[in-house]
Amino acid sequence: MHPMTPAPYRVRSRRPDRADTVTLTLEPLGGPCPPFLPGQFTMIYARGVGEIPVSISGRARPGAYVHTIRAVGAVSRALCRTRRGDVVGVRGPYGTAWDVSAAAGLDVVVAAGGLGLAPLRTVIGELIAHRSRYGRIGLIVGTRTPLTLLYPRELARWRDAHDIDVQVIVDHPDQAWKGPVGLVTRLLDRIVFEPRRSAAFVCGPDVMMRAVAADLVRRGVPAGRVVLSLERNMKCGVGRCGHCQLGPLLLCLDGPVVSYERAAGLLAVKEL
Amino acid sequence: MEGDISPIVWSVRGTVEMDVVVWSLEPLVAALRSAGYSVVGPTVKDGAVRLAEISSAAELPAGTGDAQEPGHYRLTERDDDLVFGFAASPDSAKRFTQPPRQTLFRMRDREIEEVEPEAPRVALLGVRACDLAAMAVQDRVFLGGRHPDPAYRRRREALFLVAVNCAVPGGTCFCVSMGTGPKATAGFDLALTELAAPHRFLIETGSERGAEIVTAIPHQAATGDDVAAAEEVSRTAAGRMGRTVDTAGVQEWLPAAHDHPRWDDVASRCLACTNCTMVCPTCFCSTVEDVTDLSGEVAERSERWDSCFTLDFSEVGGAPVRGSQRGRYRQWLTHKFATWFDQFGTSGCVGCGRCITWCPTGIDVTEELSCIR
Ligand SMILES: Cc1cc2nc3c(=O)[nH]c(=O)nc-3n(C[C@H](O)[C@H](O)[C@H](O)COP(=O)(O)OP(=O)(O)OC[C@H]3O[C@@H](n4cnc5c(N)ncnc54)[C@H](O)[C@@H]3O)c2cc1C
Ligand code: SF4
Ligand code: SF4
Ligand code: FES
Repeated sequence: MHPMTPAPYRVRSRRPDRADTVTLTLEPLGGPCPPFLPGQFTMIYARGVGEIPVSISGRARPGAYVHTIRAVGAVSRALCRTRRGDVVGVRGPYGTAWDVSAAAGLDVVVAAGGLGLAPLRTVIGELIAHRSRYGRIGLIVGTRTPLTLLYPRELARWRDAHDIDVQVIVDHPDQAWKGPVGLVTRLLDRIVFEPRRSAAFVCGPDVMMRAVAADLVRRGVPAGRVVLSLERNMKCGVGRCGHCQLGPLLLCLDGPVVSYERAAGLLAVKEL
Repeated sequence: MEGDISPIVWSVRGTVEMDVVVWSLEPLVAALRSAGYSVVGPTVKDGAVRLAEISSAAELPAGTGDAQEPGHYRLTERDDDLVFGFAASPDSAKRFTQPPRQTLFRMRDREIEEVEPEAPRVALLGVRACDLAAMAVQDRVFLGGRHPDPAYRRRREALFLVAVNCAVPGGTCFCVSMGTGPKATAGFDLALTELAAPHRFLIETGSERGAEIVTAIPHQAATGDDVAAAEEVSRTAAGRMGRTVDTAGVQEWLPAAHDHPRWDDVASRCLACTNCTMVCPTCFCSTVEDVTDLSGEVAERSERWDSCFTLDFSEVGGAPVRGSQRGRYRQWLTHKFATWFDQFGTSGCVGCGRCITWCPTGIDVTEELSCIR
């Protein structure tokens, strides 16, 4: 089969999250739903409109992917508008993964900016599946407004049932908001972790990740244990279109999950 | 990249293991055609040497030469009758392995149907050493990784390659610096060296199917003199490179020079016209296009050549990562000569000189590199 040919998947369920964000559960019409690792993505094709990379934000049994998609342009909008039973194309999963088990015995910082919480949801899933293996877990989330916060019920459950310190900060508060306002890095002061014995999983816009990673490293977290999920334009997901380059990396193959040790120098070069 | 690199393997198991000499290319063209190949070779069209299907060796541009310099290409008249007395032409072999546009699949309702790709039986006559090297580079891109492309493999295997060892390199050639030419050493079915006084062609055989063709045409065994004359052609050509470039350590020093002022200088001359990427035989970048038929029921997706010089190439979240010409030129040059190694284990440049010749403002990669070094 050609590496660019997707398989038909049916929208098994569709849950609107926030104004512009929808969570879809996609199951294959026939054939297998290949296993995935936290941090990997699929390419989802909306018939006649186009195809985009979307991180896998969860597993649904039996054999289905969960994807949280924000409508920002033609393809993401078409995908958000699908209804139960509609058929889309899916191929993958592709890319590198977060090695969650490597954080065993350590404190864990999970830092999400905006939609970055979607792929990190699979990391949290792994962490709580083996909660006792990890030390303190702090989840810090930055979001535009209180209303754009993703997965509010799950955040509460993670906090209440799984001993995760969940902290949220917003860019633009509304009248009801009593929490902190500003950049997600501010939340690093609010969670407790022992930097030298910590691992961090970070996903969000480039600027947010650079700020969080630099801050963590300054506090003493080893750069090799600060792991980011990078975003670039991706047309193929399989190393043949050239769009996802970040210097020596083809982020669809060598990423999206890359350690800050590897990424710091590359992200520091403007327009790389 | 991980994974097996499984390039096209050419083996010689035929009966012709000795070099042979032929006096005319007419029987070769005829034999290829009767073996079911359409023969595509250099012809003169629109003031340039262009690849086109030929039915007779008489259509080859005997007596035609070229003058190539940065931003400059002119055909010339030779004072001999050399059939291959010119250098790289604007057409490389790329479009035969990576078509400028190819349909990927169709989707109707809930069915996705792969489009059976065409793999025409084409014999390419006159492929230069740099272009053979470029195919080996593209083999790594499309076959060497975790996601090999079966359509590419079929097209690639259907191509019969008749190489020509360059006798007259152009003013922008630097294959010697890149270690790819001027003599073809691998990856061909047959390789010709054109010899003068008397006019004849020495043929080396590189594959079983090449041997079958040679067996089918009138030929005689090459003498020691023929072989020596052919070696002399390649030796002379190697000494006549239009350009040189020192690539020692380029993988380290080029990415490290991301702040070099020369990038601003070259950016002020580059028009971001994409010519360089379109003529380059290794540039593989592509994008995708979607169309739906009038009924709205059948959607078709295709892949077409793209260029890192366009703004939307790097668009993320509504803005390009490489918004400046400087960023885009730097991406291109650094990818070609340095980061290609990280991604595919080889240089992305084979030294064909096309990007220099066909740049409307005459930007010369060898000069840029020596200024940045
Ligand atoms: C590895 C990876 C994982 C992603 N995971 C998610 C996810 O879980 N949920 C989600 O909603 N989005 C995710 N995205 C972003 C998503 O792919 C883009 O929002 C989408 O490509 C926008 O396409 P569009 O046609 O809807 O918008 P348009 O703005 O019309 O797109 C125009 C062009 O820009 C490109 N583009 C625009 N924005 C982005 C972007 N943010 N990232 C990459 N390319 C972009 C598109 O590919 C297209 O070429 C992910 C991106 C990557 C690379
Ligand atoms: S970069 Fe220029 S010289 Fe090198 S292979 Fe491409 S077109 Fe030829
Ligand atoms: S380097 Fe020359 S050929 Fe390439 S995009 Fe710039 S102006 Fe065009
Ligand atoms: S997305 Fe096409 S090469 Fe990475």
